[in-house]
Amino acid sequence: MTAPLLEADALVRLYSTRRGLFGRPTTVQAVDGVSLAIEKGRTLGLVGESGSGKSTTGRLVLGLERPDGGRVRYRGVDLPAPGSRDWRRLRARMQMVFQDPLGALDRRLPIALQVREPLDVHGVGSASERAARTAELLAAVGLGVHQGQRYPHELSGGQRQRAVIARALATGPDLLVCDEPVSALDVSIQAQVVNLLVDLQAQFGLGMLFISHDLKVVRQVSHRVAVMYLGRIVEEGEADAVFAAPAHPYTAALVSASPHPARRGRPRIILAGDPPNPAARPAGCAFHPRCPVAASVCRVESPALLPLPGGRHVACHLAQDGAQPLRAAV
Amino acid sequence: MLRFLLLRSGRALLTVALVVTFAFVVLRLSGDPALLIMSVDAPPEAIAAFRRAWGLDDPIWQQYLRYFGAIAQGELGQSMRDGRPAIELVAERIPATLALTLPALLIKLGLGIPAGIYAALHRDSAVDRLVMVAAVAGFTVPSFVLGLVLVLVFSVQLGWLPSGGQDGWLHAVLPTMTLGIGGAAVLARFTRSAMLEVLGQPYMRTASAKGLPWRRAVLSHALPNAAIPTVTIVGFMVGSLIAGAVVVESVFSWPGVGRLLVVAVSNRDLAVVQCILLLVAVTMVTANFVVDLMYGLLDPRLRSGAKGGH
Amino acid sequence: MHRNQEAPLVEIRGLTVDFDGVRALHGIDLAIARGEAVGIVGESGCGKSVTWLAALGLLPARARVSGSVRLQGRELLGVPPAVLDEVRGRRIAMIFQDPASALNPVIRLGRQVGEALALHRGLGGAAIRAEARRLFELVGIPDASRRLDAYPHELSGGQNQRVMIAMALAGNPDLLVADEPTTALDATIQAQILDLLTLVRRETGMALVLISHDLGVIAETSDRVCVMYAGRMVEAGPAEAVFDEPLHPYAQGLLAALPPLDGPRRRLDPIPGTVPPPGNLPPGCSFAPRCPRRVPACDHVVPALSEKVPGWAAACIRAHGPAMADRRAVGA
Repeated sequence: MTAPLLEADALVRLYSTRRGLFGRPTTVQAVDGVSLAIEKGRTLGLVGESGSGKSTTGRLVLGLERPDGGRVRYRGVDLPAPGSRDWRRLRARMQMVFQDPLGALDRRLPIALQVREPLDVHGVGSASERAARTAELLAAVGLGVHQGQRYPHELSGGQRQRAVIARALATGPDLLVCDEPVSALDVSIQAQVVNLLVDLQAQFGLGMLFISHDLKVVRQVSHRVAVMYLGRIVEEGEADAVFAAPAHPYTAALVSASPHPARRGRPRIILAGDPPNPAARPAGCAFHPRCPVAASVCRVESPALLPLPGGRHVACHLAQDGAQPLRAAV
Repeated sequence: MLRFLLLRSGRALLTVALVVTFAFVVLRLSGDPALLIMSVDAPPEAIAAFRRAWGLDDPIWQQYLRYFGAIAQGELGQSMRDGRPAIELVAERIPATLALTLPALLIKLGLGIPAGIYAALHRDSAVDRLVMVAAVAGFTVPSFVLGLVLVLVFSVQLGWLPSGGQDGWLHAVLPTMTLGIGGAAVLARFTRSAMLEVLGQPYMRTASAKGLPWRRAVLSHALPNAAIPTVTIVGFMVGSLIAGAVVVESVFSWPGVGRLLVVAVSNRDLAVVQCILLLVAVTMVTANFVVDLMYGLLDPRLRSGAKGGH
Repeated sequence: MHRNQEAPLVEIRGLTVDFDGVRALHGIDLAIARGEAVGIVGESGCGKSVTWLAALGLLPARARVSGSVRLQGRELLGVPPAVLDEVRGRRIAMIFQDPASALNPVIRLGRQVGEALALHRGLGGAAIRAEARRLFELVGIPDASRRLDAYPHELSGGQNQRVMIAMALAGNPDLLVADEPTTALDATIQAQILDLLTLVRRETGMALVLISHDLGVIAETSDRVCVMYAGRMVEAGPAEAVFDEPLHPYAQGLLAALPPLDGPRRRLDPIPGTVPPPGNLPPGCSFAPRCPRRVPACDHVVPALSEKVPGWAAACIRAHGPAMADRRAVGA
């Protein structure tokens, strides 16, 4: 196996927040030692609930934010400092797609001009070549020439997200970070965009980091998947295998809580308690206050992310002997 | 909370200091008080003596430090005109000004807030349009124009009310109305938009969905929320009780603080001008401070922090 | 399913809503029986929320509503506000999508719940507080008595939705309308709230209308399902039947577009095109331009919602009762 396209090693990101007018600032560990690798032509799904640090991880990976610890390597080389010339050049190779396409597009410009803009900025080819490439990009995402002449507000949500994707592809990137790219879209349109992303990956050999709270969508597009909880990866492995047989009790609960018409009537694992507060991280395993199978060791010792057979990694004291703790418990 | 109070007090003092400095700089740059007060024809020795007496020939930074030091000790200086303490001159004018601005404030609150609420509740009705037109007029028509119009109508045409001077309460009616109507229009507009914002909030729908009669939903759910932005503008109005009547007092030749300020500025009577500016700054800053405390009372989101919860 | 056995609790007939001259809802017929759980599913703008906001008189004044909404035979449309206030919260309660903004930010939670108790149960003073506390405990709010004095921003989204549910239960309603109650919440919290709604329904015997864009959420909580598209109801039937073998091509399309959570991965089958804007619907069936089973007749008439199998209706001239359905004995 060749070196991965992108490797993140023990990323840490701290935020300082103040609560209320009179509060004192506290430091929040938004991302706490996350390591991951994205390979060419493959997708890593990143799932987790709000406050899990998945979006921050996405921004760290692209160098949009500077980590407080750890490093990111692109094709084996450390990511240059954000804002530097080298970083900007590299950014043409790594693009991001956000949840809200309307916010990502300029309301005053027709779509085609916006797709073409990165080509102009990076001075790709002659003017006529750029025009041809723009049409090609629009076609690749399923937009016609006449739609290219429209303004963002004249398009539907799905069409806008296609335009954003076309623009992201303009510079021929080999890495795409998608942060909840279909979450704002209706079901019927979601499927169109999901299929598009899968097709584009096959066509251009893109490596993808796909961040979403929606397990169904993540499974559909991902080869591997990493589950985050309070800034850490608690489980990582082959997407189908992780969802079919979760090893971490949190993953098991997440999968079980994911509603799907095909699974109605099945017993669900209902976790007690609120989503965790990153500013008040529990001692030991961060998940233990909500974990239905927590043992005494979980309250004091933080589990490391360790390999299981079958290329899986799990951070759970009870999963280390190869058992699936929650399955046994249910 | 203590930290908050200290922080705010510190900021308030700094604001006052900046105003004082600003007044000092502007007045020193804009003309020589000695020449103005002694008149240009005065013998040079007399002017030099005047300068020496008032310390005007010291380097400007010494004058500034001396002035600042005096203020810090509560010493606001004497009028260069008649040598009386500036504070005395100002203080004896305050009642006259308040005699205009306090009733005007009541008009603003009593007319502006209900009009704004009514307009918001009856959006696009005739009353709403009237309030909006009046509010735009209140924003755009300067108070001296409004004052002159009122004089034209009620004094010149109808002859009902006196057009100026201070001789019984009848004389206060027109200036008070001039101040009050303009402010009421401004306040109505603010209140209306604050109410409209609140009425569109999901919690108002919740209040209706649980069976709360609309009138009660407005009273107990909308008003407390709409009060939060409205307090800002009311605070500003309270803060301008002392100095908000400069123009109107001039139009109606009302012997208040505003008139004193105009006269003192044209005479370069430094101590008096500075004294008034300081007074204005202090009332403004105090009003602001009270507004901030009101926010804390009205909006629990601002005073949490210290508490637990999520 | 006790649809035809007794008079419905709520009966909506020919409900239409127009916003500024544009029709958003094109004549909805829907009956809710006592104690049943009905899911209403559809994409944004299909009219699923508007139906119930209109029924309860909660739409802004510029909305023109016509048709009929009856609560146990008593008409609710066009009645004086005082009559509606007797119904809202007491007979029919409603909760909303974003609990943080649906609760008043400057009023203590206990008072917000207490208002409903005072209105509908005639309680006062200490009795209100005791009952509010009981409700908080019922909906699983930890440390209930302290939370009564809290403000919405001091609680998480899930806890605030529990408060909303407690408030809805204050009047002992016969029907709870939950409009996207879990859309703003995380997955594990969504599971808690859906579980709570099911539990509360079982304990109180009230009917539940759950409005959601999420087919999975509807499938887990509903006995009966209504699918809406472009301001019309296109399919209504028993949840199991509709999710197993939907009759209407739109319902079929929705299910085919949904990625599976287990089993082999398959390429998704998206519905082509987009939902037509309310002001510019096609002349015949609104779904026809996107429909794989379209025939020329679809462009001429708007198909009525008609029963294809007893208790199972679809608005499609091409839909017939499925082969499987007769054997399964729908509604049994």
